[in-house]
Amino acid sequence: MFTKQKYGIVEELKKSVLLLPAVIVLLCFFIVPIILTIYYSFTNLALSGSNAQNLQFVGLSNYKRMLTDPTTITSIKNTLIFLVGSLAGQTILGFLIAYFMKQKARVFRSVVGPCFLIGWVMPEIVVALCFMAFFKENGTLNAILGIVGVRNISWLYEHPMISVIIANIWHGTAFSMLNFQSALDNVSGDIEEAARVDGANRVQVLWKIIIPCIKDTIATNIMLNTLSTLGVYGLIYAMTGGGPANKTTTLPIYMYNQGLKGMQLGFGTAIGMLILFVGVICSILYTRILGTKEK
Amino acid sequence: MSNTRVNRLHYIVLAFMALTFLTPLVWIVVASLDPNASDALKAPLSVTIGNYVSVLTNADNLKAYGVGFAISFVESLLVVVLSCLAAYPLSRYRLSYKKAFMNIILFMTALPMIAVIVPVYKMYLSLGMLDSLWGVILYLSAASLPYGIWLMKNFMDAVPAELEEAAWVDGATTMTSIRKVVLPLMFPGICTVFIYTFSKSWGNFFVPFILLSSADKLPASVKLYQFFGQYGLIDYGPLAAYSIIYTLPSVLLYVLSQNYMSKGFSLSGAAKG
Repeated sequence: MFTKQKYGIVEELKKSVLLLPAVIVLLCFFIVPIILTIYYSFTNLALSGSNAQNLQFVGLSNYKRMLTDPTTITSIKNTLIFLVGSLAGQTILGFLIAYFMKQKARVFRSVVGPCFLIGWVMPEIVVALCFMAFFKENGTLNAILGIVGVRNISWLYEHPMISVIIANIWHGTAFSMLNFQSALDNVSGDIEEAARVDGANRVQVLWKIIIPCIKDTIATNIMLNTLSTLGVYGLIYAMTGGGPANKTTTLPIYMYNQGLKGMQLGFGTAIGMLILFVGVICSILYTRILGTKEK
Repeated sequence: MSNTRVNRLHYIVLAFMALTFLTPLVWIVVASLDPNASDALKAPLSVTIGNYVSVLTNADNLKAYGVGFAISFVESLLVVVLSCLAAYPLSRYRLSYKKAFMNIILFMTALPMIAVIVPVYKMYLSLGMLDSLWGVILYLSAASLPYGIWLMKNFMDAVPAELEEAAWVDGATTMTSIRKVVLPLMFPGICTVFIYTFSKSWGNFFVPFILLSSADKLPASVKLYQFFGQYGLIDYGPLAAYSIIYTLPSVLLYVLSQNYMSKGFSLSGAAKG
């Protein structure tokens, strides 16, 4: 900070000129869409037909329809299953990998690390392709399972949700791993050492020392993973298209089907509001955790 | 269990996990080298780079890579310039709204932008911006700007203000001191923001998928989806080769970003004495 003198409002505006271009772009393409989302969700807006011409305020009827529409309920359920499955897998696997990798030989880390990272770096549409081939009836997984004598399973038809969850875990684990790696590096070795001297075993050190030390990282990591999992669209859309029989239709897919394919913008936007609502809650929690550290 | 035995167990578990993580990649690598690839996993009778050649000599494919590159490049440039400008007052001046502004920015970094895509579609339809590359670029830029500003402000905070004051004493204006002192020192930070934005945009599927429709404007991600999503009879070999070529820039950028990030920012020493 350069100066301690107090500025007037004019002075402050002058200082903010450089902020203007960014603020304008954010207003037009970030804030306005959010306001439109809230507004459209209370209207009967459609892409074609008579409703496309006369936009009407319909109050809560989109939301009422959502609550009675069985497919909405199914997509909420699917979203929750997808979310919890992905979160559990990514967090636990990511932590275990980071924990096991700690203080291992450098060569080993630099060979093993990229095996996990590749899934994270890869574009989601390629991930979808890899896993379509992986889960096909004559695909890699069945070839491996065939060695131990398991019959051929057509994973994408019989267990579509498990398949997309596994693909998403594969895609997201490295992000958690990186977060946990940097958090674990910051856990002071002295505390661990002291606990060991006092007779604590490995599991006790893990539960009583390490996990409490990195609980902020665990919380932010879960928050960020929730937010990104909530937005997963391409992966599921490309792998299963939401099917078979809506078994993998999550909220973003349903929103697309209703709002753009079905041309019911109003109803589609109301579904978008559901996603936004959960997103806002998670974002607030996330901002709370991180924001307190900012002065 | 003794320490060495636990350690050995860790090595075995990790190696096993790493191998498991590689299995989904086996098909795509093998198929891309197999002249008669199918969707089944099988050992190729012969190995060829013909699939790669056929992908890279197809004008439509090259166009899709080019469009993807153009979108990502322009978007990243825009994000870098706008966030650099915005970061300066946020980092250097005392502003009454700064704390609130930064909290809103942080809040915005986390919002799932897919939730607002339906209204954006309608907005673009009304404004005649559907099926326009600029529309896609602007929407993607707005979505990545919050994180860009957040990162850039923190990078700029790490450049000591004393260096700039010294430039002023020597007669530089604010703009000159930004150009000649702050920006060169922040170069690694700028690269980080650029690379991060670029690779997210390169991998993005749903924004161009929804906002673009003309076949000649589709970037690599959407083209790839059409490759295996629409046609019944698929040429699996070129498809696999196409995917691998499309993945390479992401991998390359990740490696590059690691280089920049590990350099770190230890400029505070410059103000000593």
